[in-house]
Amino acid sequence: MSIDEDTAAKVAKLARIQVESQDLVGLAKEFNDILGFIEQLNEVDVEGIEPMTSVTPQKLIRRSDNITDGDKQTSVLKNAPLSREGFYAVPKVVE
Amino acid sequence: MANLNSLTISEARDKLKSKEISSLELTNSCLSAIDEADALGAFVHKTPELAIEQAKRADEWLKKENAPDLCGIPLGIKDLFCTKGVESQAASRILENFKPEYESTVSQNLLNNGTVMLGKLNMDEFAMGSSNETSIYGNAINPWKIDDRGLTPGGSSGGSATAVAADLCLAATGTDTGGSIRQPAAFTGIVGVKPTYGRCSRWGVIAFASSLDQAGPMTKTVRDGAIMLEAMAGNDPKDSTSANIEVPKFEAMLNGDIKGKRIGIPKEYRLDGMPSEIEKLWSDGTEMLRQAGAKIENISLPHTKYALPAYYVIAPAEASSNLARYDGVRYGRRAALSSGDGINEMYEKTRAEGFGPEVKRRVMIGTYVLSAGFYDAYYNRARRVRALIKKDFDEVFADGIDAILTPTTPSAAFGLGEMSDADPVQMYLNDVFTVTVNLAGLPGVSIPAGVDKAGLPLGLQVIGRPWEEGDMLNIAYSLEQSAGLSAKPSKWW
Repeated sequence: MSIDEDTAAKVAKLARIQVESQDLVGLAKEFNDILGFIEQLNEVDVEGIEPMTSVTPQKLIRRSDNITDGDKQTSVLKNAPLSREGFYAVPKVVE
Repeated sequence: MANLNSLTISEARDKLKSKEISSLELTNSCLSAIDEADALGAFVHKTPELAIEQAKRADEWLKKENAPDLCGIPLGIKDLFCTKGVESQAASRILENFKPEYESTVSQNLLNNGTVMLGKLNMDEFAMGSSNETSIYGNAINPWKIDDRGLTPGGSSGGSATAVAADLCLAATGTDTGGSIRQPAAFTGIVGVKPTYGRCSRWGVIAFASSLDQAGPMTKTVRDGAIMLEAMAGNDPKDSTSANIEVPKFEAMLNGDIKGKRIGIPKEYRLDGMPSEIEKLWSDGTEMLRQAGAKIENISLPHTKYALPAYYVIAPAEASSNLARYDGVRYGRRAALSSGDGINEMYEKTRAEGFGPEVKRRVMIGTYVLSAGFYDAYYNRARRVRALIKKDFDEVFADGIDAILTPTTPSAAFGLGEMSDADPVQMYLNDVFTVTVNLAGLPGVSIPAGVDKAGLPLGLQVIGRPWEEGDMLNIAYSLEQSAGLSAKPSKWW
């Protein structure tokens, strides 16, 4: 599997990371180096092996469905880059 | 008497309890050492006022009978841990000025034991790196020096390793996703413990790869590692993967008696072209365990060679998902926008300027392996290989092996900048002996066990059975006693 510039651009878009067009060649090369390394996994016989979801056999614990926290608007907004009237503020999303 | 900052936790504990010293004296000694050590780049956010306040409180507690072992002990905390009201930015620009409104469970557990926080420690950005060179703060530098070069302390917990090795604090917290506690511990001649997955809560630890991340102690001795792990560990309802298993008294398990213990030596860890010094370190360590009465057995972990490639699918995949939260909306940095920029431009510009090159690379690799059409070929295949890697360990443990001995790293510390022209995969090879442990969720400890020709420290790794950190640490303790290393870096900073 070889990654070209178009694929690199598509991946950058999916990851929501702006990449300048002149940097796409280098990026595609790095991807290919890493993916070339990963390709070794194709040598392994994984027939009948389930993909691992958890290293410990324990089941995920469910907490009871109660409200245990809240009323922390100031605290929640404290680190926001931009907030207004108790909300996070972002550029206009809907025209 | 030597400077107080060079004490171990256990030595300081005894002196604090006998009132020979106060936590305030001990803390001030560390604070002075830190101020003289800016050249090492270890402490990136210093919190001297907080430390002094906590030391005074600890001294009050020490007047009473019930003070815990760690009461009054000054520690450094890796920048990956959220600490209330104190910068916690994972060495990333994207978390610039982020001051959490809450405290991570692990650092809170330590505070509940009366510890003192001296400040936050340098690391690779989002714990992605093996040399501390991806940090927004600049490099941390290894206190060990053999020529004009600055050497890496390893990574990602490079600042923690430097701070402990240079006696800037008595011990530090680290985190380990693929070797990030053990590799820097080996490079700086200290002890680093990566506990069983689920032993320490991940709540409030900035996430990299959630199925692999574990916090652990970085200390001057194995005994200190045992004392500190006991305080950090414990079940936490806020982390659904935290194990509801009682935390043993780890220190009490250190008796150095390893007679009859069955130690496995995995043949797959004997790499082609392995430096003879590493080869010798490993066989010397094996001999020390044999002399101490352990039974040495050759074992096979056949899928070892596939651990790194599996890791470099799974860790970036989880990272791409975890790091999606850095969008410039709720916390951290937001890029300056041009007129007409919408929400997508905000995300893309924020993440482009907020993340460094290695983080971007891994987020994008992760995005790729999870994308439609490749999910099965890469991500699911890697998770199936991971199951086989774990099965390798399950089988040797089922055969009665108590622990496994390997080198921690394939080399001693290298020079800063020396890997900058290599392709990313070369840097990843640093974790070749450590990454299997994370994939299998096992405990592992690196201890200083020798030096190379130039006099740089080298580490051996003991891998334990799940939840048997106590037994693993006792084997490490025996090895530490036999190796009898006491060299420290001489002060050049």
